[in-house]
Amino acid sequence: MGNRIIVDPITRIEGHLRIEVEVEGGKVKDAWSSGQMFRGIEIILKGRDPRDAPLFTQRSCGVCTYTHYLASIRAVENAVGVQIPDNARIIRNLLHGAQFQHDHIVHFYGLSALDWVDVVNALKADPAKTAALADNVSNGQKGGTVYFKEVQQRIKTFVDSGQLGPFANAYWGHPAYKLPPEANLMAAAHYIEALRLQAKAARMHAVFGAKNPHLQSLAVGGVTCVNDLTPDRIAEFLYLWKETQDFVKNVYVPDILAVAPFYKDWGAIGGTTNFLAWGDLPETAKEPDSLFLPRGVIMNRDIKNVQMAVPDKVTEHVTRSWYQGGDARHPYNGETNPIEGDPKYDTADKYSWLKAPRYDGQPCEVGPLARVLVAYGYGKKEFADLVNSTLQKLSLPATALFSTLGRTAARALETVAIGDAMEPWIMELVGNLKKGNGRTYTSWTMPKSGKGCGLNDVARGSLGHWIEIEDGKIKNYQYVVPSTWNLGPRCKAGKLGPVEESLIGTPVADPKNPLEIIRTVHSFDPCIACAVHVIDPHSNEVYKVRVL
Amino acid sequence: MKEEKEFYERLEEKGISRRDFMKFCGMLTATMGLSSSFIPEVAEVFAAPKQRPPVIWLHFAECTGCSEAVLRSMYPWIDELVINILDIAYHETIMAASGTQAEDILHASVKKYEGQFICVVEGAIATKYNGAYGKIAGRTFLDIAKDVCPKALATICIGSCSAYGGIQAASPNPGGYKGVGDALGIKTVNIPGCPPNPISFVGTVVNYLLLGKLPALDDVGRPLFAYGKSIHDQCPRRSHYENGEFVTEFGSKEAEMGYCLYKMGCKGPDTYNNCPIAKFNDGTSWPVQAGHPCIGCSEPGFWDKMTPFFVESK
Repeated sequence: MGNRIIVDPITRIEGHLRIEVEVEGGKVKDAWSSGQMFRGIEIILKGRDPRDAPLFTQRSCGVCTYTHYLASIRAVENAVGVQIPDNARIIRNLLHGAQFQHDHIVHFYGLSALDWVDVVNALKADPAKTAALADNVSNGQKGGTVYFKEVQQRIKTFVDSGQLGPFANAYWGHPAYKLPPEANLMAAAHYIEALRLQAKAARMHAVFGAKNPHLQSLAVGGVTCVNDLTPDRIAEFLYLWKETQDFVKNVYVPDILAVAPFYKDWGAIGGTTNFLAWGDLPETAKEPDSLFLPRGVIMNRDIKNVQMAVPDKVTEHVTRSWYQGGDARHPYNGETNPIEGDPKYDTADKYSWLKAPRYDGQPCEVGPLARVLVAYGYGKKEFADLVNSTLQKLSLPATALFSTLGRTAARALETVAIGDAMEPWIMELVGNLKKGNGRTYTSWTMPKSGKGCGLNDVARGSLGHWIEIEDGKIKNYQYVVPSTWNLGPRCKAGKLGPVEESLIGTPVADPKNPLEIIRTVHSFDPCIACAVHVIDPHSNEVYKVRVL
Repeated sequence: MKEEKEFYERLEEKGISRRDFMKFCGMLTATMGLSSSFIPEVAEVFAAPKQRPPVIWLHFAECTGCSEAVLRSMYPWIDELVINILDIAYHETIMAASGTQAEDILHASVKKYEGQFICVVEGAIATKYNGAYGKIAGRTFLDIAKDVCPKALATICIGSCSAYGGIQAASPNPGGYKGVGDALGIKTVNIPGCPPNPISFVGTVVNYLLLGKLPALDDVGRPLFAYGKSIHDQCPRRSHYENGEFVTEFGSKEAEMGYCLYKMGCKGPDTYNNCPIAKFNDGTSWPVQAGHPCIGCSEPGFWDKMTPFFVESK
């Protein structure tokens, strides 16, 4: 038996996550992923006004803000049977596109860059050589010897102060860091730039969504921001979009291309087997046909054989989770109760607050890599061209996509594709307004009873919300969340969750400083507050879900 | 005069222009309700203190929306707060270290700065089964709070969850969640909101650094400079309320006219906060401007007391 390593807390994620691995011969032999908090928002929703659900569920997560808000609004709209106007669809897509841009930039720089970039090593860099490197790889606005000298001086003053703040006691000097000092300095400068850029990018949300985090401008039936559909507001959005997309194309993607060659071995580490995407960003009222991010499922890495994904094939398991009951159930008739008392953490038995969702009985990775693979498998041009040119630039085979490196690159590439799709949407909105079509809302009435679902794909992956209404109140509310798919525990059949699977075989140079483990876990962009929720006891009837 | 030159030189070394800096200080001074004669002193607070004040930021049952809100701060920018102004010794969302290395930092920082650090708490504390529903490194949120908060100079609760329990404490409160003050029986400074405006948090910290004391609070622990007036009293749509001009359906002519949202369920009259004045994301907007009723997110127990959100208050 190898050594057990526990990493708790996993930092630079949302929520409370514990990862345990068994290491033998310098490699991970087995792994367990555990969510460490339970809030119970679905229980709290029972008996409330269905119109309140979107505001409640948005509070599942403030990092992936907006996503549950949108998913929940769609589920309620599906249940009450209302079709939103074109302008409302466009504004929701613009807010969603802005969320992808913002979230992926924050993830790469704020949450994962320090796994690959040794900030302290940047002090050894030659600013002039750094400027030359930056000129060579990127078209970023900032650069030059003076700029990198200033950044280096700022880091030096900070390090010399002895108060290292969030950079204290980290893995600096770890042998798994491979970048030369100049690349570290360039990346450190971009880390700081990204901190400012994300605050500006988030203003896109405020323009049509009142504020960020936690937007407040959607209504069941449309959007409320009628007074913001003015030329000055649209221009404000457009310029913020442009500044953000410039950063994506001129800094974020070039950084990936500059760093990747030093970490090519990570193109064979951290992969999984099956991939699911519900798809999102409807470009007309017709779904799923018009989804810019297409819907599909890939089994056994067979990207030439993408199947249409259907929600009826989803089950959730609780055998290894801190809930009572043991049968695998469809989420519509889930029967789950949290265990009473202090949950005992036991990797041989129950060890997580997350449930284990399965598609056709199989664990599936969701998120940027799944979406890019599905779109690539379908041959969708906006994605295929980006993937092919990136593989070519890095001299990597398509199999390298199934990895930690592939997942990290896929996130950047989809940011380019989604960002590019946004400009025509803005122009479509302008066109509608020009024609005198300012409609943003469709009237509706609350039915006595109804059932509905919203299938979505958000920054971290596939997200489904399901609602059942009775006497105008919420009878049952359930959601199956990206991080539950990715970070869930073993199922009844003992199959590992995607993150658990991805960690097998990962090299660990120093068990006391398990930097390599953290790299792969971070590549999934975990969000644990979203992932933990409970589904209440409910009738055994599997109800038919109308797909939006 | 020589000293002032050095001061701005020091700022410029940090990439902050004098104009931007004074704009921020002026805005903050106004937000805090201080006279403009305080602007230079507010400025001095941010001018590279010799020892940056240590902050230990704890995450409990929350969504990280409050941390994200502070990340959106533009005056000062977040990199200035982290690198130049404060010493954020522990903050799980941004810190480089994980696992044992992170735990070591928490223990070492609490010991090193006992009685000197500002403890910022984001998120509520589970109390059912002795707090078993929420743990970090095997310890319950309740145990961690009991250990860390009493050793702090002051505990600032950012957001409605740490202040009053928040969404997880809404009926039937499955985990027995409480705000920090309630769970520990201590007095805290509360910056509620879901999430709050970062300027209210920054203003509170500056108040302390500048005047050496925490700001004056109302009866539920909120700084009066930010939470002293109701949304209704500061609302630009107030005249429509007085004239009896109301929106009764979204997407209507009245909605386009920017009429009062009271009949759509707006909780502005019962809610104390600075949203209409400070606005969010560098003054870009706030819910009523976006045509949506206020949901009362800075009031204790709003998930129960203010719901259903879209029904007119009685």
